[in-house]
Amino acid sequence: MSTTLFRTFQPNQFSLLGTSLLRRRRSNNFSVRSCGSQTTTTHEAKQSSPTRVAPKNHKSNKLDEILRDYEAVIGIETHVQLSTLTKAFCSCSNNYGSYPNTSICPVCMGLPGALPVLNSKVVEFGVRLGLALNCDLSLKSKFDRKQYFYPDLPKGYQISQFDIPIASGGYVDLDIPLEFGGGHRRFGITRVHMEEDAGKLLHSDTGDYSQVDLNRAGVPLLEIVSEPDMRSGIEAAEYACEMQRIARYLGVSNGNMQEGSLRCDVNISIRPIGQAEFGTKVEIKNLNAFSAISRAIDFEISRQALLYNQGKADQIVTETRLWEEGAQKTVTMRKKEGLADYRYFPEPDLPEVILTKEYVDSIRASLPELPEAKRRRYEAMGLGMQDVLFLANDVSVAEYFDAVIGKGAEVKLAANWIMSDIAAYLKNEKLSINDIKLTPHELAELIAAIKDGTISGKIGKEILFELLAKGGTVKGMIKAKDLVQITDPVEIEKMVIQVVSENPKQLEQYRSGKTKLQGYFAGQIMKMSKGKANPGLLNKILLEKLNAKD
Amino acid sequence: MLSTLQPPRSLSLLPLRRLRNSKTIVSAASSTTSVISPPQSQILTTRRSLLSGETTAVEIAKSYLSRIRLTEPQLKCFLHVSENVLKDAQEIDQRIAKGEELGPLAGVLIGVKDNICTQGMPSTAASRILEHYRPPFDATAVKKIKELGGIVVGKTNMDEFGMGSTTEASAFQVTANPWDLSRVPGGSSGGSAAAVAARQCMVSLGSDTGGSVRQPASFCGVVGFKPTYGRVSRFGLMAYASSLDVIGCFGSTVADAGMLLHAISGYDRFDSTSSKQDVPEFQSQFLSMDHFESKPLNGVKVGIIRETLEDGVDSGVRSATQEAASHLEALGCVLTEVSLPSFSLGLPAYYVIASSESSSNLSRYDGVRYGNQVMAEELNKLYECSRGEGFGGEVKMRILMGTYALSAGYYDAYYKRAQQVRTLIRKDFKAALEQNDILISPAAPSAAYKIGEKKDDPLAMYAGDIMTVNVNLAGLPAMVLPCGLVEGGPSGLPVGLQMIGAAFDEEKLLKVGHIFEQTLKGSSFVPPSLANVP
Repeated sequence: MSTTLFRTFQPNQFSLLGTSLLRRRRSNNFSVRSCGSQTTTTHEAKQSSPTRVAPKNHKSNKLDEILRDYEAVIGIETHVQLSTLTKAFCSCSNNYGSYPNTSICPVCMGLPGALPVLNSKVVEFGVRLGLALNCDLSLKSKFDRKQYFYPDLPKGYQISQFDIPIASGGYVDLDIPLEFGGGHRRFGITRVHMEEDAGKLLHSDTGDYSQVDLNRAGVPLLEIVSEPDMRSGIEAAEYACEMQRIARYLGVSNGNMQEGSLRCDVNISIRPIGQAEFGTKVEIKNLNAFSAISRAIDFEISRQALLYNQGKADQIVTETRLWEEGAQKTVTMRKKEGLADYRYFPEPDLPEVILTKEYVDSIRASLPELPEAKRRRYEAMGLGMQDVLFLANDVSVAEYFDAVIGKGAEVKLAANWIMSDIAAYLKNEKLSINDIKLTPHELAELIAAIKDGTISGKIGKEILFELLAKGGTVKGMIKAKDLVQITDPVEIEKMVIQVVSENPKQLEQYRSGKTKLQGYFAGQIMKMSKGKANPGLLNKILLEKLNAKD
Repeated sequence: MLSTLQPPRSLSLLPLRRLRNSKTIVSAASSTTSVISPPQSQILTTRRSLLSGETTAVEIAKSYLSRIRLTEPQLKCFLHVSENVLKDAQEIDQRIAKGEELGPLAGVLIGVKDNICTQGMPSTAASRILEHYRPPFDATAVKKIKELGGIVVGKTNMDEFGMGSTTEASAFQVTANPWDLSRVPGGSSGGSAAAVAARQCMVSLGSDTGGSVRQPASFCGVVGFKPTYGRVSRFGLMAYASSLDVIGCFGSTVADAGMLLHAISGYDRFDSTSSKQDVPEFQSQFLSMDHFESKPLNGVKVGIIRETLEDGVDSGVRSATQEAASHLEALGCVLTEVSLPSFSLGLPAYYVIASSESSSNLSRYDGVRYGNQVMAEELNKLYECSRGEGFGGEVKMRILMGTYALSAGYYDAYYKRAQQVRTLIRKDFKAALEQNDILISPAAPSAAYKIGEKKDDPLAMYAGDIMTVNVNLAGLPAMVLPCGLVEGGPSGLPVGLQMIGAAFDEEKLLKVGHIFEQTLKGSSFVPPSLANVP
């Protein structure tokens, strides 16, 4: 019964999810809410605003028919910028957004005579991510030099890992949100390797010159290469989303796409269904939102399918294409003439990276519960997939939820409070769940107080906002405000009798068939009790009195 | 042959004579065995005379600076002479006056090869592309030297980026051999070797990638020490071939080279390839001759490498090496001939590996952040012109060879194969050094040759590295010290003996070398070429 009550007092409970669902469907926009951060609310507005419709939706049913004959093969290279305090090979601080060229030293500037020294945190994070992605770890790996000339690359080579990555041969499990058809997927992970980032070029407005900012040069990255296991834009976007989630769960990166902390390059080809060999592969860059990944892929599938269909398959060439967010299309960035030769060779300035079994075991033991395990656990608790995905999406939310149920709160109730009122509050106030004053313990107390009838659900919701903003204890607040629910039938009956007798006109109307007036009476009694009357009891007694034959 | 040796005429005019005559710890007044007294450590002599108040650091510095002024127009050892030498010397004198503790290198005048970074002082690796470049930091070796009281005299000439065996590949000047101004000093650390030979500085730092310390030491008649890979930090050494490069030392005696080596050795957290092995106190090895037993090297097992005395080695060099071996036997060593089957494979493997690594290491010289930038319309042109005009011919050739060797489709045939050869060479050395305490060979197939002689024949020049490159491939320590003279030049040309030790066993090389040097009769390796100096 308490559940029912709870709901009647919370008419907007699902409005938050409801509207976002609609929005997603309309724009074919990948679910920013389910994947995007609770913490970066400022970006949410931008991403969830109505977007121009992808070409797939433009075109006639004919395109859909054409698309039915082809299958897309998609692989993703993800660069995760690690949130280490210092850079990968020097002691410069790893700060995003510093004034250009203020976080640099002879090593990351590539001055003559400077040598790299590996930051051990990079290895630790590599092992963490490798384990989280169910990979085999190379107990002996090494660094290699990847050589090319570009002004943002100070040494003329990037220190990376070539033939022996720190981790390889793993997989990731994820759940597709229900609104995209639902279902569980497993995508292969080819490898995870450690490398350093390059600097940034700032081009002048006139195009006359470019400036080099080396603050980012030498910042550690983990590159995750997936198997070509994805078949649609949604799957690819969900994969990228899961990478962000895992990085955040592990604490190895803030995973922020706008800052470039998480960068995805997509490789995509299509082939007629039934064909075993792959088609010509195209790489798409400049994808800095999950929605962009989804839409760029859908665009690219359509583009390639049309070319196939028109007998122009030879116009699909190995190239790098750029996603143009404004025009919602991909355009050629550069055509590759064969494979670029990076002349990889082992980095002679760095010793091999040797991992001991003890080291790996200690890191394995320190891993947090990962998103997939959390989802399966929440599912086993009886939560619906919508709830599961919502709660497990953000590691802070999940931790909060776990703490609340850890204090004995009923699972479904705890989920509802977090997903509705608390989520709405966070959204309005542009806060993260870590910012609120309401401790998980007090939320559990609040839920318990409602459940055992100490206070009503309505009162509970009222004090929730005060607890969120100011903190304090549920017990203290109930006492200070004298909020204890009136559950004494005698006391309620007194109030019922008083209200009924003070409204003879309405009583008459009620008895002549206008039974909707029960709500009016209930409201008056609730008002008299200052909201403290137990609604169930109140309604029960009220009905008795209203229907009693005098 | 030895009769051609002239007493050093011009040097008698110079203050050096006074230093050489002052009392020393090493082999003081022990010239009963020979007309020519054994060489004396300049570092210890300096220390003694400073502590006794016999002279001051400023006086010593002035004498060296005046010798540089007199000899430099002919020799051209230095690309840059420090303006701070006298100021640094004054500081030492002030410390002495205040009775403060003196570092072991206090007042010692040290030349530093131009590819080793010195803060605020030009460091160009003798390349146009780094002309006027002044690094913002000291190489670890330089930092250590300064902390111990050493004074950097200046930056010595070299083959551009260490690529060459004659110092003719410097972008700026050709250094002459002090023994014969028409000859090369060797290379690539030719400036450092010649400067010590000409007593322009007491000791100097060089770098050795394939013999660049040892071969010029042989050509110039000085001691050159190439330590074990990892013994000395490479931080601040402009990389040529990172897996082979080491900073090495020159001195006019084994003791000097050894004490300088001690000063710069040890683990450095800025170089992940530097070793945490303990650095023993080398100095105890430099006993004065009075303390020598009759057979001071009794039982030391010496292997003479058969392959280094075969065809292609000058007869004079061969006989000097054999005489040196006999001398070691006389000191009590047990001499055997050893064979290193992989020996001849080393040279091609070395040139593949060194060129490959250099093609990568020199990528950073792109004209974007420092060094000479040639303005151009677009990016590729900027690279092309900056590098095209900045690098010399030898450097370009090695970059091209290395780029080729690392290219897709060629990697396995060249780079990978060369690494396999490297493993073989390491194994052969290891086996030979399990049987012997040290191995000996000539330092080079010939004595110093004429300037220009091999300039247009790179293969002939590369072949001259055959004695030394294997040691770098194996990462072992090796020392070259003068062991005799051959005919040539106005008064003969020095020939060096190479001693190779087991990894991190520098101590043994210094011990054997020191005793060899102090007991070698009849030779004084002071070049006469300063006769041109008025």
